[in-house]
Amino acid sequence: MTVAQLIKSFTLWEFVKAHALTLKYFFKPKATINYPFEKNPISPRFRGEHALRRYPNGEERCIACKLCEAVCPAAAITIDSDVSEDGTRRTTRYDIDLFKCIYCGFCEEACPVDAIVETRIHEYHMEHRGENIMTKDKLLAVGERYEAMIDADKAADAKYR
Amino acid sequence: MTAWFQSTWLGFGWGWFISTLILILLIALPLMLAVAMIIYADRKIWAAMALRRGPNVVGPFGLLQSFADGLKVFLQETIVPSASNKGLFLIAPIITFTVALMAWAVIPFNSGAVLADINVGLLYILAISSLGVYGVVMSGWASNSKYPFFSAMRAAAQMISYEVSIGFILICVVLWAGSFNLNAIIEAQRGHGLGLVNGFFFNLLLFPMWVVFLISSLAETARAPFDLTEAESELVAGYQTEYSSMSFALFWLGEYANVLLMCALNAILFFGGWLPPLELEILYWIPGWIWLFAKIFFFFFVFSWVKATVPRYRYDQLMRLGWKVFLPLSLTFVVLISGYLMLTRYGA
Repeated sequence: MTVAQLIKSFTLWEFVKAHALTLKYFFKPKATINYPFEKNPISPRFRGEHALRRYPNGEERCIACKLCEAVCPAAAITIDSDVSEDGTRRTTRYDIDLFKCIYCGFCEEACPVDAIVETRIHEYHMEHRGENIMTKDKLLAVGERYEAMIDADKAADAKYR
Repeated sequence: MTAWFQSTWLGFGWGWFISTLILILLIALPLMLAVAMIIYADRKIWAAMALRRGPNVVGPFGLLQSFADGLKVFLQETIVPSASNKGLFLIAPIITFTVALMAWAVIPFNSGAVLADINVGLLYILAISSLGVYGVVMSGWASNSKYPFFSAMRAAAQMISYEVSIGFILICVVLWAGSFNLNAIIEAQRGHGLGLVNGFFFNLLLFPMWVVFLISSLAETARAPFDLTEAESELVAGYQTEYSSMSFALFWLGEYANVLLMCALNAILFFGGWLPPLELEILYWIPGWIWLFAKIFFFFFVFSWVKATVPRYRYDQLMRLGWKVFLPLSLTFVVLISGYLMLTRYGA
């Protein structure tokens, strides 16, 4: 041990330096945001909660082609289909298991009619067992509720697709 | 106040009893409030140094966070493990909490404002802070669980090791002040530094002892970087692992009351207690207890600052520091200081 090291260790030089650093950080502006009151900006491409969309005339977009079911890497989507009263091919069941879903967005990319989309909603929760299954009704309800937001997000991203 | 109560119909004995009870509550209740606020301050300081915000939702600036936590903990169920020794298990947090409060009896808040102005005040504090380890050891043993037990062993060894050097540091202070009475120690610091600075820290022989005392008090209260008793990566939560609700909260309160006590001791023994920092007439306009609280808070800030800065020690490093660095160092200073005093003050 050299004399310099000895002096350093007895004057606790490393500790003094470390504390000077933390004191400097003490007065710095905080890095965290005030989360529930202020939020980070989210990209229109954000892949959050799912929604099934309708055409402006109220007709369901989904044609039960099952491309999303096929492409889903987590096998989170289950679709049953039948012929509806007006003779078109429609889903009778469209379930997404949110516990299986990995939010990759492949369903959205596979969809030929832009029916299934992932919205920018990321603050949602479940309170009871079974609520993790998003049924067709729930998905359509999300789509109806946030149609304006979904439409704006899709329009903002359209030129890059 | 005691005399006034004794002059009423209560008589001598009951008058003393009632007035002492009121004085105890006068110290203990604000202390509990201070502990609640100091837990909040600890979290806030720690957060600020990590560039976080800390609690800021409950009440203005999150000031009521500790009370919200206290209420939450109060409403929870006290779980007593079936394998535990139930009597000891429940007594342990009570002991920790009570002992943490007891030591405050001899802390002078202002000139003469002290519950028990006893001549062996410092010895009393040493004795009480040694008792504090019983709560920890009992909780570790009574939990009948391996991590609390390890933690209790560590706590016992750690507290005893550092109390040895703390004892020698106190001897240095006592030698210089010539008394074990805390008020007398504070009075001895009046104008100690060139007739201007109030405090033993302004003394080449006692300053190194203050540094050692500060580090030892971190170890004594098991604060970072010496918080090996609750090293969560090794021991879950240490001796508190099996505790829940109020029994856990009592540990928490006791721990922080001890931290405040150590901060107060730093202020009283080396920074002049309720004396203003400088011996100037104008500074005496501010009452003594405000100076004492300001000093206590300053030292608490240092405690939090250290917690936010340094990583945790390894256990063998902790023991090495206690026995192979601090003990010889403080012993050397006892010899140096007593020799110096023999030459200058008590010289033949």
